[in-house]
Amino acid sequence: MADLALNMATRTLPLSGVHGGSSVARLEPASPAARLSLRARSEDVAALSTALGIALPVKPKTSASSHGRTALWLGPDEWLVIDEGQGGLLQAANDCAAPHSATDVSHRNTAILVSGPGAAMAINSGCPLDLSLKAFPVGACSRTLFGKIEVVLLRTAEDAFRVEVWRSFSDYAFGLLSEGARDAAL
Amino acid sequence: MLLIHCPYCEDDRSELEFRWAGEAHIARPEAISEISDEEFAEYFFLRNNEKGLTYERWRHIHGCGRFFNAARDTVSDRFLMTYKAGLPKQPVPVADKMAATAEEKTVETWEATEGDAR
Ligand SMILES: [Zn+2]
Repeated sequence: MADLALNMATRTLPLSGVHGGSSVARLEPASPAARLSLRARSEDVAALSTALGIALPVKPKTSASSHGRTALWLGPDEWLVIDEGQGGLLQAANDCAAPHSATDVSHRNTAILVSGPGAAMAINSGCPLDLSLKAFPVGACSRTLFGKIEVVLLRTAEDAFRVEVWRSFSDYAFGLLSEGARDAAL
Repeated sequence: MLLIHCPYCEDDRSELEFRWAGEAHIARPEAISEISDEEFAEYFFLRNNEKGLTYERWRHIHGCGRFFNAARDTVSDRFLMTYKAGLPKQPVPVADKMAATAEEKTVETWEATEGDAR
């Protein structure tokens, strides 16, 4: 009898196995995460925050984190919620009675973690945002451009960023970041 | 690189993140099926294309995604102010207007240099 276990399909992640960077900026693919694209009116933010267990930020360019979930402000009525913890993100939104739109984009995006003293410079090789600590402190986030693609940027530490990118653009993003990391080391 | 102030992000951002979206403050006629062809053409096709101060819609498409309004000088390309969509046409602060006019005089336009070229 055939061993079914041998025929099991395995999921290949968009950036599986890649590694790169330079002496000043390290690049690594982030682990898989659940993601929600969330839209809601300001009067429903409180109810959704309770349902998701995370206070949705209402100030531009800010994020909030708790229990493995991070909510990123993208616009006055739009958030990207990333769950790297317990899961159940979409269900939590579905259980909320307040009117909103929640779309599961877990597999639309992947993320690249950029860290090290040259991290900001590596990103700035293709991104026009001011990434000084004053203009873009720890916890700051924004949708912006990186080269010719759109990305969502989150500063996770003084010298660390999470670059959320559409999966089909991840090769391009990793390639350009590698170039940027090399330039930052010059 | 031109920096544009997004009134929703409350931040000066690179022009690369924005898209132009036509003239601002064009109100759709209330009874659009009852207006004449001339009135429709006026509303739908005809734009002022002003030289100097102009009001435009812009979209922060690669940022917060919002549409907003901007007062811009088409000669110097300088943004005089931006404000949120839905607000009535905002007067441009006098100081900014003066600065823009002064700048206008020094901007090299085709009309100004045409004589030299010949
Ligand atoms: Zn914006």
